Amino acid sequence: MMLSKGLKRKREEEEEEEVVEKETLTVDTWWLDSGPPTAQAPPVVASNSLFDLSVLKLHHSLRQSEPDLRHLVLVVNTLRRIQASMAPSAALPSVSSPPPAPMETDNLLASSDAALSASMAGLLEDLSHIEGLSQAPQPLPDEGPPGRPIGGAPAGLGALDLLGPATGCLLDDGLEGLFEDIDTSMYDSELWAPAAAEGHKPDSENGLGKEEAPVLDEAELDYLMDVLVGTQGLER
Amino acid sequence: MNCPDENTCGNEADIISTVEFNHTGELLATGDKGGRVVIFQREQESKNQVHRRGEYNVYSTFQSHEPEFDYLKSLEIEEKINKIRWLPQQNAAYFLLSTNDKTVKLWKVSERDKRPEGYNLKDEEGRLRDPATITTLRVPVLRPMDLMVEATPRRVFANAHTYHINSISVNSDYETYMSADDLRINLWNFEITNQSFNIVDIKPANMEELTEVITAAEFHPHHCNTFVYSSSKGTIRLCDMRASALCDRHTKFFEEPEDPSNRSFFSEIISSISDVKFSHSGRYIMTRDYLTVKVWDLNMENRPIETYQVHDYLRSKLCSLYENDCIFDKFECVWNGSDSVIMTGSYNNFFRMFDRNTKRDVTLEASRENSKPRAILKPRKVCVGGKRRKDEISVDSLDFSKKILHTAWHPSENIIAVAATNNLYIFQDKVN
Repeated sequence: MMLSKGLKRKREEEEEEEVVEKETLTVDTWWLDSGPPTAQAPPVVASNSLFDLSVLKLHHSLRQSEPDLRHLVLVVNTLRRIQASMAPSAALPSVSSPPPAPMETDNLLASSDAALSASMAGLLEDLSHIEGLSQAPQPLPDEGPPGRPIGGAPAGLGALDLLGPATGCLLDDGLEGLFEDIDTSMYDSELWAPAAAEGHKPDSENGLGKEEAPVLDEAELDYLMDVLVGTQGLER
Repeated sequence: MNCPDENTCGNEADIISTVEFNHTGELLATGDKGGRVVIFQREQESKNQVHRRGEYNVYSTFQSHEPEFDYLKSLEIEEKINKIRWLPQQNAAYFLLSTNDKTVKLWKVSERDKRPEGYNLKDEEGRLRDPATITTLRVPVLRPMDLMVEATPRRVFANAHTYHINSISVNSDYETYMSADDLRINLWNFEITNQSFNIVDIKPANMEELTEVITAAEFHPHHCNTFVYSSSKGTIRLCDMRASALCDRHTKFFEEPEDPSNRSFFSEIISSISDVKFSHSGRYIMTRDYLTVKVWDLNMENRPIETYQVHDYLRSKLCSLYENDCIFDKFECVWNGSDSVIMTGSYNNFFRMFDRNTKRDVTLEASRENSKPRAILKPRKVCVGGKRRKDEISVDSLDFSKKILHTAWHPSENIIAVAATNNLYIFQDKVN
């Protein structure tokens, strides 16, 4: 057996998985053809499994304190491809089964189209609860990679956008919000001179090549620490 | 650094993350996940033992980078050394650049084999003497001492990268170098640490539009105004710094059209270029993507002149490799001194060499179990299906945790360094 970080699967999934493995190349071909999938081969299931897997990876990536941008971009682009191939079946039937518990990998992998949107909704809700943020972050110039500041992870909001509203509209334009810059409005003030951070260009006047704010004095640092500690207390 | 049992060794800090010979091949530097740099030096060939080629012994070890914590963003910055690049030697000391995700450092490695003795104001232990007791003056003399190799950080180039640095490259003018992260490339002067020039910026105004990142970058070996950078979409851009200050418009754009018969959900991921290297001649560039190594002629942008399959038997396993994240592994590639042979790593501690002239290739293994010191390496073969011959290994038996991502080739001789997780292997041509 190939050495792999196997995701735990239910027993009944193993048979489906075998079929999926064999069908992998068929799936890809089907994706290229204009014809509809055949009844016997489950290419839709294969796409769904890949889709679920990709969403899992995306979620995992976004949960890192500093996501690997290359990994993130590649997974998102792959998700877009899969989503595009699933477009003909994007009109989802109404949810017939109870939504599975979110964050359980077994359930996500087992979901069909119908349950998929339900599990997405579950993920959405779960993320909202964990991240504790209810509105989209303000896009700010050059505040760095989607990292996780103390007290929350606005990067997770990208995933919120990705999952879209829980109306069954599967990733309409959800992927677009993925790379929203983190909300650092609490740090912005004259003290921090954020404009200087953008000044990489050779002809920029202030702080050539400097990414961070000018050196702060102790009082300002103390103030910042108070704010951060205070925020942390509020969030918990 | 060597673990007695390589299968159960668990010290992650010892995982080698970069390997690089210096310009003469006398020194070999490795960087690891723990932020350490170890430099090996080739011992002088002895006239008494002409058949015994110079071996590499540890010359210097130092802690290059420490883990840091960015308090503003609440992020830990890994101390792992991503790349080491040597500067050409200009005096008795050696200089190298080492970088982690955020900070580049210039290190000076120098030898001390003499010690001054006979100070007037200090005694032999270094304690200050009472001036009243000094009645004569003497000139301190230098006395020989045991060789000591010291590494000192001469420059620290920090705070210029928001994203993770993946490449550094010394310019042929020996005055500047560049550092590249996922979205930007900066140009530095060795003497100036508080500013750098941004020469490439692919960060979109709206991060929602981000679809591509920079994966590697390198200066041309002779033309100090020319450099290339590769992307996660399998493209290479050649830029000329004379054209404009910000090289967002490339001079040349290298991309091979997608093969429709090989198209899959994973096409983009496997096309992502993990390494780009100029040939020593400067006429070609070599790129490594997940399954192949390609050689491009700088004068032909629409396709590579040569494509070598590293491990095509993995093409049908992409789904599993995506699942276990192996598909995102970044393999490096290297030229030999004469640009006639190229080498790259694979899984199961295999590495591959391709002879560009004879079109022959070989698979070798870096493993203590399968080779003894000074024994000739036996070529390996992966069986892709059907009957497996005696010495072959089947695809499903490959160990994907044993990956060779980093290799180096001596600039003029057939000596190679291969990093297999936390072990370093050095192989040489057999004498006689």
